[in-house]
Amino acid sequence: MSGRWLAGKVAAAILTLVFVVIFNFFLFRVMGDPTTQLARLPRATPEEITKLQAQYGLDKPLVGQFTDNVADTAKLDLGISQRSRRPVWDEIKDALPWTLLLVGTGTLIATLLGSWMGVIAATRRGQKSDDALLGFSLFTYASPEYWIGIILILVFAVWVPIFPSGLQMTPGVDFSSFLAEAADVAKHLVLPATAMTLMLLGQYFLIMRSSMVDVLTEDFITVKRATGMRWDRVVRRHAVPNALLPLVTLSAIQFGAVVGGAITIETIFSWPGLGELTFQAINDKDYPVLQGTFLIFSFGVILANLAADILYFYLDPRVQTK
Amino acid sequence: MTAKNPARLLIDTWRGRFGLTILAVALFVAVFGTAIAPYPPEASSLDVLQPPSFNHWLGTTESGADVFSQLLVGTRVSMLVGFAAAIISAVLGSAVGIASGYFGGWTDRILDALENWFLVIPTLPLMIVLARLLDPTLTVLIAVIGLTSWAGTGRIVRAQVLTLRERAFVERARALGAGDTYIIRTHILPNTLPLIFANTVLIIAVAILSEAALSFLGLGDPTRISWGTMLENAFNSGAPSAGAWWYVVPPGLAITVLVLGVSLLGFLYEEYINPRLREDG
Repeated sequence: MSGRWLAGKVAAAILTLVFVVIFNFFLFRVMGDPTTQLARLPRATPEEITKLQAQYGLDKPLVGQFTDNVADTAKLDLGISQRSRRPVWDEIKDALPWTLLLVGTGTLIATLLGSWMGVIAATRRGQKSDDALLGFSLFTYASPEYWIGIILILVFAVWVPIFPSGLQMTPGVDFSSFLAEAADVAKHLVLPATAMTLMLLGQYFLIMRSSMVDVLTEDFITVKRATGMRWDRVVRRHAVPNALLPLVTLSAIQFGAVVGGAITIETIFSWPGLGELTFQAINDKDYPVLQGTFLIFSFGVILANLAADILYFYLDPRVQTK
Repeated sequence: MTAKNPARLLIDTWRGRFGLTILAVALFVAVFGTAIAPYPPEASSLDVLQPPSFNHWLGTTESGADVFSQLLVGTRVSMLVGFAAAIISAVLGSAVGIASGYFGGWTDRILDALENWFLVIPTLPLMIVLARLLDPTLTVLIAVIGLTSWAGTGRIVRAQVLTLRERAFVERARALGAGDTYIIRTHILPNTLPLIFANTVLIIAVAILSEAALSFLGLGDPTRISWGTMLENAFNSGAPSAGAWWYVVPPGLAITVLVLGVSLLGFLYEEYINPRLREDG
């Protein structure tokens, strides 16, 4: 039974991926018809346009173009960037590690800090610290993350200039050692990672808080207390581990928001990841790059969802018996 | 906290009062903003990036325009996009959710797969792609945001309809020979409407944030000032590094406060129709 459940999840993820590829192709072919884009080229004679169409395979029927596109995508051939004239996959390969670094750091800190805050608030329900934490998380939920980023630049890069306002490392410096380079990157990472953390923190906090509130009312907690075990030990050893489970699902649901945040936050901090790449593609109407980043973002989110499902499956035995 | 009437909740709780006040002010400014703005919002002057003064309460922009006037005029776009996109999303979500839950079978399978797909695909990249391909105008922004944010509503409505369909009063109506349209109109829809409404209020907040993000990324309607385009212009003109807090703080704060007000009303109504969500009795 459990094997079938897992197989079903994997099949659903693959089907979603297939639909992304189909959608991506037809959307850009139908709405951003490449032939009309070619026709916009200055000084292009009709013969040249026909030649270019043949070169890009645009003279084939739509179905033929689509199968070509699927074959190319499978070979990671995502076309050529109109701005840089480099293969889109190369651009993505260069940008991906930077996005993973930013998103990974932000998610890690937000999970740890958010769940810690959640425990504090749940054990002090109704008190001043609980209200303050709730208010803070509501505020971060409602405010645009790129605006928070701009405020961080204003405060920590302009008024009190302790952190750089952008880029991933000091340009034009030859670092003596890997450690020196890492330290420079870390310094550049502080503000964008803080913006990312603040964007995600509220959700983690709220989920952990309500999960803790639920667990604390369960019978086994009352029993543990009755045995005379110290309260902070009951919380740490018995309540918190049981309350952590919903965070797994949340991290998957959050992934879509993380991708959105990566786009705006990287734009603010000129952080050379996939988000900044997307932003430049928007400005330059660089459709191949836009298509490529959309594909990668969708793949990432689908895989993250699948990973969370599988993780949940192993963490929560109740799913397996269903 | 056991008010029977949702209108009482608006007055009896601080969240209700706060949300209602914000919404009322925003609505007033959205309608009369252009009339009460002290300057034409795009009137440039030689007073470039000036801090707040008696003449310019919130200082000036990189082209010497009045920040306060832009803030007032920009309210309209946020409110318009927020409400219009949420209505599109509500209509789509409830239509799909009801059809899916009520008719079941293949209709359900196909619509459910569509819903799942929209739930999984990252929303901002999808909106970016659509807005870029269509060349953004206000209508395009509303359509794009509405078309990409209905899936959550659809999911919740479907679940509700699935239980309603099995209830005795629906089966009774069916046994008496009532048609599908009649049953949906008199039994299914009225009983899902509160749920749809609660969800739509929350989507208004999401739509306001989406419009701001798209505008900030350069995908706003270029002929209109919105809080998102203000942030875009401020950022592109280097206002943050010039220390021009009066230019970057107000539009972001306006978005935050409006989203906060709308969300609090949404949460409040959600708790009213589903008391299990309410924590403190």
